[in-house]
Amino acid sequence: MDSVNPSSKYKDTLSLIIFIVVVLTAPLWGKFIGAGYPDLLQKFAIFGLFAIGYNILFGLTGYLSFGHAVFLGIGSYTAAWSFKLLTMNPVPAVIFAVLLSGIFAAAIGYVSLKRTGIYFAILTLAFAQMGYNLAYSVLTPITNGETGLRVLRDDPRVLDNALGVQIDGSPVGNFFGIEMTGYSGYYFCAIMLILGFYLAMRVFRSPFGMKLIAIKSNQTRMEYTGYNPRPYLLAAFVISGMYAGLAGALMVIVDPLAGAERMQWTASGEVVLMTILGGVGTLIGPLIGAVVIKYFENIFSAINESGLHATFSFLPEWLENIAVTIVSPFVGDGWHMTLGVLFMIVIIFMPGGIMEAIRRLTAWVKRMRG
Amino acid sequence: MEDNYVLEISGVNKTFGGLKALSDINLKVKQGTTHAIIGPNGAGKSTLLNTCIAKLVPDSGSIMFAGQDLTDGMTPHGINQLGVSRVFQTPEIFPELSLLNNVMIPALAKRDGAFKFDLFKWLRNENQLQDEAMHYLDDLGLADSSDIRAGSLSRGDKRRLEMAMCLIQHPKLLLLDEPTAGMARHDTNRTIELLKKIKEGGMTKIIIEHDMHVVFSLADHISVLAQGAIIAEGKPDDIKGHPKVREAYLGTAEL
Ligand SMILES: Nc1ncnc2c1ncn2[C@@H]1O[C@H](COP(=O)(O)OP(=O)(O)O)[C@@H](O)[C@H]1O
Ligand SMILES: [Mg+2]
Repeated sequence: MDSVNPSSKYKDTLSLIIFIVVVLTAPLWGKFIGAGYPDLLQKFAIFGLFAIGYNILFGLTGYLSFGHAVFLGIGSYTAAWSFKLLTMNPVPAVIFAVLLSGIFAAAIGYVSLKRTGIYFAILTLAFAQMGYNLAYSVLTPITNGETGLRVLRDDPRVLDNALGVQIDGSPVGNFFGIEMTGYSGYYFCAIMLILGFYLAMRVFRSPFGMKLIAIKSNQTRMEYTGYNPRPYLLAAFVISGMYAGLAGALMVIVDPLAGAERMQWTASGEVVLMTILGGVGTLIGPLIGAVVIKYFENIFSAINESGLHATFSFLPEWLENIAVTIVSPFVGDGWHMTLGVLFMIVIIFMPGGIMEAIRRLTAWVKRMRG
Repeated sequence: MEDNYVLEISGVNKTFGGLKALSDINLKVKQGTTHAIIGPNGAGKSTLLNTCIAKLVPDSGSIMFAGQDLTDGMTPHGINQLGVSRVFQTPEIFPELSLLNNVMIPALAKRDGAFKFDLFKWLRNENQLQDEAMHYLDDLGLADSSDIRAGSLSRGDKRRLEMAMCLIQHPKLLLLDEPTAGMARHDTNRTIELLKKIKEGGMTKIIIEHDMHVVFSLADHISVLAQGAIIAEGKPDDIKGHPKVREAYLGTAEL
């Protein structure tokens, strides 16, 4: 059955509690899977938010956007400017980033939603590429072009100065005295993730969410049933853009640097992969997809040729060389090859993604038990 | 005495390329009556209903409903909100959603209008709406399968579901495009009973139907369409005996 089901209050509360516990204890259990360090956990939370938000558009309405990374970029630049001009406190950075990416999403969504299907996808892609190119060219005064926008020690930061907050060394995000690095950085992201997850749950369990799925299911029927689909689609687009803006802001909050590469089409494509890999239209699937991809990216991209030689050293030398030649295109910088293959396998054998695999597995186990 | 017409179709023409699908259609539907449109396949019956719900814009003519011209730049959702619901010839439902949700969605459209940002409400707290939806599913004999996917229903059941989706909106005008096609005899009879019951409630209906048993059980007035033109109209008894109708449509079948 689809995502909107008359899930009970009890079930929702329980899932929310489990979710919160799992997220808050990540530094503990992360160790056992080799993810016990803050940089990676931050990525899990940030890309998880990106994917959860993206799924509200793609998963519920079926509208495939190929340009959501543009909002990631807008969120990042906004947060960086909030750091530069106002304060190193992440709260205003988050607020401004979410608002501004929402405004841009409203404009881009308004135009793109004049078309459906492949034309909609192409319009969003065109907007994102435009944003990416502008960031490198005429917008250089705002984006600092190729170098990327850095937060510097002698930036004005009027609020911090007025309040007499001192910055020693290179500036980092500072939540009322707590520096946004390491695990405290993760916990800031984690709290945003929990809020984002809760909001997504509300969307999924609301009449609004049901109507979004109905649009995906049969837009014609919606129109002849008295609904104007356009504002629903636009609202979903804006909400997902705001999630992306939040994710972009968090990237800057844990590492005060914003670059245009964040808006490249590959970044837009990655969130599509995460969503599909985890399970389109499911509440938790996209987050799982994001975690899986970032986890394996971390492992595969760290492997280099000498590492491979060590791995295969038990083989005779000529066989070792062959093995290394075959495997090396898939690791290190070639990690995207692995991702591509993984993605193909999922699309062909398990179009419902990891969530479908879990569903099938539990059904199978139940049957085995009789 | 002035008759009270719910729908007034005047001088409607529609061509597709070289094909004259509707030529100078004039048709008035009285408040609270059931108006049947019969005619052979390809006569233009569905096309006529399409012009009533802004699925098609006629080349000329007007369709007045509730003081508005439905052909004059109205949107499909705007027309529905005025009180026109339609059961399509090919069932239009939400295949991925449960039967219950399928029926709740039209009810929400009726209650909350064409757009409502109800993101912070819980669907599960809409008890009244759920009860109402169950009531309509029950009326159509679908209550037992309220939580299965609508896409898995048989064609006849999909049609009944669509009927429930339209009826829950209490439309002022209900358009039914072959509502019993693909239904077993038993279900057809059940549908006739249901439509009779609604009639007592005063709902105005236009029904396209091939099954003459259904037509003569329900219709107050019949228009016969052939090759895009109305070739006869009148009370059921007039139509039964009409020579042109026998020739064009009814053939030699015993009525
Ligand atoms: N959108 C369309 N484009 C072109 N031709 C159409 C279209 N809709 C209907 N027609 C044609 O108009 C004629 C009437 O069709 P229709 O109204 O569906 O007949 P019916 O009386 O069986 O419901 C048919 O010849 C059909 O092929
Ligand atoms: Mg037809």
